[in-house]
Amino acid sequence: MKYVLSRLGFLFISLWAAVTVNFVLPRLMPGNPAILMLGRYKGQLTAQALHALKLQFGITKQPLWQQYVIYLGHLLHGNLGLSLTYYPIPVGQIIAQSLPWTLGLVGTATIISMVLGTAVGVYLAWNHGQFWDNLLSTVAMFTAALPYFWLALLLLYFLAYVYHWFPLAHAYSTGINPAWSLSFILNVLRHALLPALTIVVSSLGGWMVGMRNNMIQTLGEDYITFAEAKGVKKRRLMFQYAARNAILPSLTSFAMSLGFVVGGALLTEVVFSYPGVGYQLLVAVQNEDYPLMQGLFLVIALAVLIANFIVEMLYGRLDPRTRQGQGGAYS
Amino acid sequence: MTQSSDVDQVLLPTPRVRGRRPSVWRGFFGNKKAALGFGIFMVFVLMAVFAPVLAPYNPQATQFIPFQGPSWHHWFGTTATGQDVLSQLIVGSRVSLGIGISAGIMATSLAIVLGMLPAYLGGRTDTLFNTMTNIMLVIPGLPLLIVITAYIHQTETWTLALVMGLTGWAWGARVLRSQTLTYVRRDFVVAARLAGASHWHILIHEILPNMLSLVIANLMFGTLGAVLAAASLQFLGLGNPNSISWGTMLFWAQIGQALLNGAWWWLVAPGAAIALFGASMALMNFGVDELTNPRLRQARRASKQFGKPHQGRPNN
Repeated sequence: MKYVLSRLGFLFISLWAAVTVNFVLPRLMPGNPAILMLGRYKGQLTAQALHALKLQFGITKQPLWQQYVIYLGHLLHGNLGLSLTYYPIPVGQIIAQSLPWTLGLVGTATIISMVLGTAVGVYLAWNHGQFWDNLLSTVAMFTAALPYFWLALLLLYFLAYVYHWFPLAHAYSTGINPAWSLSFILNVLRHALLPALTIVVSSLGGWMVGMRNNMIQTLGEDYITFAEAKGVKKRRLMFQYAARNAILPSLTSFAMSLGFVVGGALLTEVVFSYPGVGYQLLVAVQNEDYPLMQGLFLVIALAVLIANFIVEMLYGRLDPRTRQGQGGAYS
Repeated sequence: MTQSSDVDQVLLPTPRVRGRRPSVWRGFFGNKKAALGFGIFMVFVLMAVFAPVLAPYNPQATQFIPFQGPSWHHWFGTTATGQDVLSQLIVGSRVSLGIGISAGIMATSLAIVLGMLPAYLGGRTDTLFNTMTNIMLVIPGLPLLIVITAYIHQTETWTLALVMGLTGWAWGARVLRSQTLTYVRRDFVVAARLAGASHWHILIHEILPNMLSLVIANLMFGTLGAVLAAASLQFLGLGNPNSISWGTMLFWAQIGQALLNGAWWWLVAPGAAIALFGASMALMNFGVDELTNPRLRQARRASKQFGKPHQGRPNN
């Protein structure tokens, strides 16, 4: 229980940090960038919206702490302001529309990548130093160093543009109406296949090598040698004895890499014009739509923080040592 | 201080540390992967240093026929505006490597200070800094970078490096912290403290040398991360599009619709350069990993070697 509370405490502190970063950044920059933005959009906004924007980005005479309190109040009510690009649609609504696409695409691809990579990593560690191990761990090193978006561009060019195996862009064909019909779902799947493939290909290597190294470490432990001497069957030794312990660090990096995956997939979405959170973030940046940008950053941070919390809860269940709370509250 | 340093000489296992260092270097270059990685890295560094001499043409000059494929005159083809891709690639390595390496050094230095010092001091300081590190770790990096650079507007090269150095230290700090914690209560550290050595002396001369491999690994990961992140930001148009770097080349290739015009070379060249540079970092890191973790080095699991002539661990 103490463990749950301390993790919950960390969740709130990190949430607060993300929220505060959002508040502080535009005010910290030399020559508040929001003034420029307002200049650009002035004619198109109602007086009320203009006033709200000034409040949101600190172009007022109010003291800072008062602005901060108002800002937090708005957030608590789920009020993220109005998007300027899609004026006058609220930011919250745009996020609600794009979030499912990202979660569906990136979430699925990440889980596939992790499961597949971990399984292969177990196999490689078991056959350490042999042909497949040498080959795949070298290949993995190169894929880990690839720029995600570059791989996406190349796959897009060769598989979609030259060979027409996959559609070029978007989450579904433009002439089709979104509905819960079989043809629509198939259409969506067909569009998601290539972006998902790029995410899996570029992140698979990390999981594989991580698991392989942990597993080799675990296989060197005395209890494994003892179990083998005792005559424990190979499968049981591999999965019940070794892999079960070796997967723990992988779980932590799963939580850690979520941020990276969301970030990397952000560019994948841009390349494929996939209408997810990352694509919208780029739209917001290009149009200097700061309210939308802030909202999207918060949602991405929130998603990563909550996922991190869930993994930590899971970790606590799997590894009793973490629950005993050695060291400080947050160690 | 003069008195205590005399005592240091007697009490501390310095000869061991000093004697081990050359063999670490020999082990590093004896490792095929590490040596290959280092070789590729040096090629890039030399390319960046001698870029003005090596580049066959002026990278900015729009004097050639656009969208030419690779040929003897233009090894990597030309762009939509008739610039030579190879020249851009060579000159662009300066900005890309410059950003990557300086951000990597900055992030690693921050990681050393913010990871080791609190762990050594312990108590509330440690709790505070560790919480800070963990927060930095979970806040998604690239979106944060995008937001920061979007506010800055037309980010100059060094601003980009600075921003990445300031945001990229958390992972290293975490690793170095946990490693420092294992050293704080060791005999040689306690002995140094009893001998009256200052905190900084203990941290830098006693603890840091033992973590050199971690620091190097960190430096390489930091550099790799910064090169990739810089390329991503520049690809999105968040860098300075008028500077020449691998990332801005990709940006212009996308703007100039390289793929729709079939000019794959324009995209492949800078991306491959990034990938190759990244691979050199990863290779070196892999080598360091094998060096410091003996279990990764063993050819097979020990139990599978029963009945075979005993293969000693490779000495390094």
